Amino acid sequence: MATVTKQQIGSVLAKQGILIAFAVFMIAFTLANPKFLSVDNVFSVVRSSAILGVMALGVTFVVISGNLDLSVGSMMSFSTIVVLDLHDKIGPTLAIPAMFAMTLCLGAFIGFLVGYLRLNSLIVTLGMLSAIHGLTLTYSGGQNMDIADKDGTWFSIFGQGTALGIPVPILIFAALAALLGIVLTKTAFGRKVYAVGGNGTAATFSGIRRARTVFSCYLISATCVATAGLIQASRSLGSQNTVGQGLELEVLAAVILGGASLLGGSGTIFKTVIGVLILGFIQNGLLLLGLQFYVQFVVTWVIIILAVWLDIAAKRGKLWSPIA
Amino acid sequence: MQPGALSKALKNGAIWGFIALELIFFSVAGEYLSLSDKAFMDYDNMLLLLKQSAPIGIIAMGMTIVMVNGNIDLSVGATFAIAAIVLLDSMTWPIFAGLGDWVIPVAWLLALAVGTLLGALNGLIVWKTGVDAFIVTLGSMLGFRGIVFMFNGENPTSHLNWTLVDFAEAEFLGLATASWFLLAVTLVIWFVMAKTVHGRNAYAIGDNREAAVNAGIRVGPHMMINFAIIGFLAALSAVVFYSESGSVNPNDGQLYELWVITAVVLGGTKITGGAGSVIGTFGGVIAIQLLRKGLGHIGADTSTVNLVIGLILIAVLFLDRQLNVKGKEELKV
Amino acid sequence: MTDTKPILHLDNIVKTFPGVRALDGVSFSVMPGEVHALMGENGAGKSTLMKVLGGIHQPDGGSIFMGTDKVTMSGPLEAKAMGIVFIHQELSLAEELSVAENIYLGELPRKSLGRVNWARLSEQTNAILKKLNVGFDAKTRVGDLSIANQQMVEIARALTVDAKAVIFDEPTASLTDAEKVVLFDVIADLKAEGVGIIYISHRMEEIFKITDRISILRDGQYQGTVATAETDEEAVTQMMIGRKLDLSRNASHHDLGDVALEVRGLSCGKLYQDVSFEVRRGEVVGFYGLVGAGRTEIAETLFGLRDPSSGQVLLDGEEVRIHSPADAIARGISLVPEDRKGQGLVLGMNCRDNMTLPQIDDLKAGPFVAEGAEIAIFDLYRERLDIRTPSWKQQAGNLSGGNQQKIVIGKWLSMHPSVLIVDEPTRGIDVGSKSEIHKLLRELAAQGYAVMVISSEMPEVLHVSDRIVAMYSGRIMRTFTSDEVSEDNLIQAISGIKSGQAA
Repeated sequence: MATVTKQQIGSVLAKQGILIAFAVFMIAFTLANPKFLSVDNVFSVVRSSAILGVMALGVTFVVISGNLDLSVGSMMSFSTIVVLDLHDKIGPTLAIPAMFAMTLCLGAFIGFLVGYLRLNSLIVTLGMLSAIHGLTLTYSGGQNMDIADKDGTWFSIFGQGTALGIPVPILIFAALAALLGIVLTKTAFGRKVYAVGGNGTAATFSGIRRARTVFSCYLISATCVATAGLIQASRSLGSQNTVGQGLELEVLAAVILGGASLLGGSGTIFKTVIGVLILGFIQNGLLLLGLQFYVQFVVTWVIIILAVWLDIAAKRGKLWSPIA
Repeated sequence: MQPGALSKALKNGAIWGFIALELIFFSVAGEYLSLSDKAFMDYDNMLLLLKQSAPIGIIAMGMTIVMVNGNIDLSVGATFAIAAIVLLDSMTWPIFAGLGDWVIPVAWLLALAVGTLLGALNGLIVWKTGVDAFIVTLGSMLGFRGIVFMFNGENPTSHLNWTLVDFAEAEFLGLATASWFLLAVTLVIWFVMAKTVHGRNAYAIGDNREAAVNAGIRVGPHMMINFAIIGFLAALSAVVFYSESGSVNPNDGQLYELWVITAVVLGGTKITGGAGSVIGTFGGVIAIQLLRKGLGHIGADTSTVNLVIGLILIAVLFLDRQLNVKGKEELKV
Repeated sequence: MTDTKPILHLDNIVKTFPGVRALDGVSFSVMPGEVHALMGENGAGKSTLMKVLGGIHQPDGGSIFMGTDKVTMSGPLEAKAMGIVFIHQELSLAEELSVAENIYLGELPRKSLGRVNWARLSEQTNAILKKLNVGFDAKTRVGDLSIANQQMVEIARALTVDAKAVIFDEPTASLTDAEKVVLFDVIADLKAEGVGIIYISHRMEEIFKITDRISILRDGQYQGTVATAETDEEAVTQMMIGRKLDLSRNASHHDLGDVALEVRGLSCGKLYQDVSFEVRRGEVVGFYGLVGAGRTEIAETLFGLRDPSSGQVLLDGEEVRIHSPADAIARGISLVPEDRKGQGLVLGMNCRDNMTLPQIDDLKAGPFVAEGAEIAIFDLYRERLDIRTPSWKQQAGNLSGGNQQKIVIGKWLSMHPSVLIVDEPTRGIDVGSKSEIHKLLRELAAQGYAVMVISSEMPEVLHVSDRIVAMYSGRIMRTFTSDEVSEDNLIQAISGIKSGQAA
């Protein structure tokens, strides 16, 4: 009997492992430093995670549909630079929709290549990572982009403002998470995303238009990236060309940490949010302990591998892999 | 089988055709657009190109094995940086103070050993946990980078050893040291992949892992060896490059994985494994370097290089797919 | 054979998986120079037994003896080293590698520096290929070979070592008759050399032609061993399924309605040519033929998954062009596909979601999916089809094959199609569920559905069909009514023998 209970504990641990780890980790850090769980600190962590988080929401759709998006980092740089540039040229009211339209065009292009032409998403988005970076550099002429009148614009509200005492980036992140969470779990489209990622062939045999579903996922991803770019631009009101560089992998790390399988068909918005928060709180907690920022890289490494390992170990019922 | 044979021949020759196209284009365009009056296909220019290809090229050979094997390694850039720091930092360690210039081979060995061990660590994790190589190496890419920062924070690590620099800048039979290393690595890895049992097994595992397991090939240790090889080569690349430059930034090697994978895919290696050739990868490496240099030659800046390389990668994927379409009667799923 | 000791003996092998007793006390022996058939329905435990023998699974009880020595198989290589060779049913070849590399996979001959000894490799391989009398050589890339030739490569593997026992798992599934003759010659040679052969097949005529003894498994349990010469098909079948096979014809007849589906001169490249037939409401039309005869491809074309190169499809007398499954569904065509796990179900999704997938766009409450309506549909078909699952929340992948198949059937019935196509509806399903599904198909026809049943099992086709279309190599050979058909003329028709036409 003892072995059975042990197995049961194991399976609970593996299934809810990420939540349990999160809780244990929060408690430990709070004990080490009471400031950790103060409202100010929590707000500051979530606010700084918001950009990563918003992007992770979109990538969650792409990953559930069975694909990857490595281009979100350079796409975010693109939208940040574009909106900052257009801000001074045509004013913020027009700059924002224009930037969204341009970013969505990029998303549509990727969606077309991966969805309709069925090209491998890893290589396509790898190519787009480079291509969009080039596009951004061409657009900006390699220069940093700054808003001329930093004090006189309402544009800063998305990154720096607060409403009801809550920072706006947090509100945007929360609202988008709620909206996309509902889309994914409650609508026909969400169901199709899971079906296409879980078994694309069976989805096609059920009359689901696979290409259109994948295409839509990339549009959602691009919308999220544009939103992240907006927050970034609004927060700093000036930016380098490389502001989003490397974010694609951090975003993917958050999504994977949330338990989405790279094979597609699994993952939830809620768990992605947890993944994002874990990354944010680790960074913050380690800094509060007086450790350097790079320690979080190493900690993240260990956590990602442990999380995915436990997840698949629970599914196969064995800790060690059967590879000979 | 005739159309299949044609498309195969096309594919095998494609990278060389592409290189020829680049050479012609840049030579002609260079006549009108170039700022310098030197021809693009200048002998010295081509030798320089080979030398500049070395850092990416050496790692790309390792990536070819790993990708043919059905895996991927995203951590090579970080491994490269760690090896570089170990190389330069270890030369200043007090325990080696009495060695004089003999510290150089010691530092080299240390750097190579560290690279090999980090690669083997990736492989061990892939083997024992069964977690996909993409995720494992995505994680270690972050982790290894964290270790890089632990040496010297955000400051660069520098150490110039003039004997080392002389060696790195030496030329033998007209080729720079780095070029010799690239050629030697290409030759050795070609030998391994085309001629040895280990290499042929790598193809078999990438092509049909279940079949390889059934035939009794020990897939886990095999994959670990390949990860160790790519770790070794990432370190070797760092050794070759930093012997000359003598200073490493903690962010060095970032995005190397992307360049390397681009070169390997351009060279015709299948992303899902089982097919690919070292010679093709060599072509891919040269093609990318030609593009960078050529675009520079006709006055384009980095931005255009990034844009063009990204789009070419996608175009190659698209062409590959078109060549493999089976015909109209194919099942539409 | 009485004087010799068994070359291989399995004693009381037990293997359990979580929740399943896959093998329960299986024992049998193979003599040297004997062809020993292993039979049983899908899921009876044959492949698990072979995996135990090959060292891929470790048994939970019992022993394996080679000669008189008790042995433990710790992996495929050990099994091979002891002289046990497997010819797998699913091709386990690396397509990018050469024939020689595939045949010697895992044990390429070496030279110094870990190099492959290519000269020796091709020499040995060509010697084996010569024995098999095939039309390709050691250097051919396996991906360039036909499926049948790939199967020959698989068989060539058996000849590389000094084999004591060779296990053939459904080796003839994709072979032509001429290639079968070569295979049987190879088996005869091995037999003459004193090798013990385990031959797994569903094809009775082969079993009775080449085997000496037959051992039978049912639901993981050993049912006994009989000498081939002293038994017949009926007795063996009875041991396999535990009761007599119902070979009865479809007896119930009801009035047929209008023509629901008519196909005129439909062709699709090399897959099938000039196919014409019609299906009326209330009628079940069976499509019978060998694997590769083009039946599944016709169904896929009707469902919008392939573009025909010529010909017409008429629904209710009106010509239609179907470009996608969504088109087909909108026009009232449903397809229960051949490959349940690959094409029919999203295994990681729950049962309800799988069942309502094709109509998810229509089940709306405001902007959201109407979950209540979904559960109602699921409950309706769970009851109607007797699907055994604790709740709709169960993942489809956790159900048994029969229940999975019922989910797929329920999924398409809930679309209320006018034409229902079912492709191999009972493949890999236990006997009980099988007859339930047959009954269901008859009932559906009685309710006015036009039903196309594609099947490779003759009893099934005979049992459910009002008419039977016999196909051979992409063409319709003959259409039988249930009164005309006999086993003989049906077999003739699907083998391409024209004389049946006159009868």
